[in-house]
Amino acid sequence: MRNAYIYILIMAGVSYAIRVLPLTLIRKQIKNRFIRSFLYYVPYVTLAVMTFPAILHATQSQIAGLIALAVGIVAAWLGADLFKVAVLCCGVVLAAELFLV
Amino acid sequence: MKQERAAEAGLVKTKSGLDKKAFGEGMRDGVPIGLGYLAVAFSLGIAARNAGLTPFQSFLASLLCNASAGEYAGFTSIAAHAAYLEIAIVTLIANARYLLMSCAMSQRMRPGISLGHRLFMAFDITDELFGIAIARQGYLNPYYTYGAVLVAAPCWAFGTALGTIAGNLLPMRLVSAFGVALYGMFLAIIIPPGRKNPVVACLVVLCFFASYVFSILPPTSGWSEGTRTIVLTLVIAAGAALLFPKDFEEEA
Repeated sequence: MRNAYIYILIMAGVSYAIRVLPLTLIRKQIKNRFIRSFLYYVPYVTLAVMTFPAILHATQSQIAGLIALAVGIVAAWLGADLFKVAVLCCGVVLAAELFLV
Repeated sequence: MKQERAAEAGLVKTKSGLDKKAFGEGMRDGVPIGLGYLAVAFSLGIAARNAGLTPFQSFLASLLCNASAGEYAGFTSIAAHAAYLEIAIVTLIANARYLLMSCAMSQRMRPGISLGHRLFMAFDITDELFGIAIARQGYLNPYYTYGAVLVAAPCWAFGTALGTIAGNLLPMRLVSAFGVALYGMFLAIIIPPGRKNPVVACLVVLCFFASYVFSILPPTSGWSEGTRTIVLTLVIAAGAALLFPKDFEEEA
């Protein structure tokens, strides 16, 4: 393993640079439509890519992960907030694995 | 008109130094956010432990990074012994939405606000803290943000450390359950916009499918998870921006 502290410093440096550069440098509205659209889509695409199929491997049973995904999607669609969806997914896995594992 | 007056009030207040009222309101609004952070950070701490980090290292990472998806992606890459450059790119991609939020905040700063405020306000731009700050009227009040951050950020850091410590002690059943908290949070971010915007809904489905295919078919199945995330994000988001450029009339 490489040095964990260097990994952490790189993560911290990049995380801060992303947040601080626009706020300090941009003093007017971004006009380019492609760049704005791209920036708009990036978060949804990244998070979706990171969610599936990874959620199947986060649990002991893949079926429990799949059920949590389905329940999470429905709850979020119906308007549950971030915290509620997270807790609900945990509860579903806990319950499902009582039967599956 | 109303907004302008509120902005002026903010201007007068912040001119005289510490704005205690806004600071207190920020702390109050930071409490529910902090509680939510504790639970999600716990799950993140488990991911840090899987990457071989100590509780102190995961505490430090959360204190400095303040990013769920970004830290998660980073820890996954650390677990895979990724190159330093890969960690940097993965962090950049996973946190790209904060770039967008920072852009949005830049449009709401009081003209002439000090560089110091800009530097501090940028430190903890997250989905939640950005959300409560931008929801207020007029120019952004730095002291409101500081109050909220002071409550929420420690919850995030300690929650992560707790997850790394207790992840060892908890029965597998509970670790397994907590492990999906992060994904639940991701879903809560990506699904609601899909209701209003069918393009986003279709993109999410496409991403799930493409990510799955990339993970089982060579040569991409041999790539690291971080690399797959970067490539898929750039290609799909650029494609969507080309085919479905968004209209930005009513920006906050």
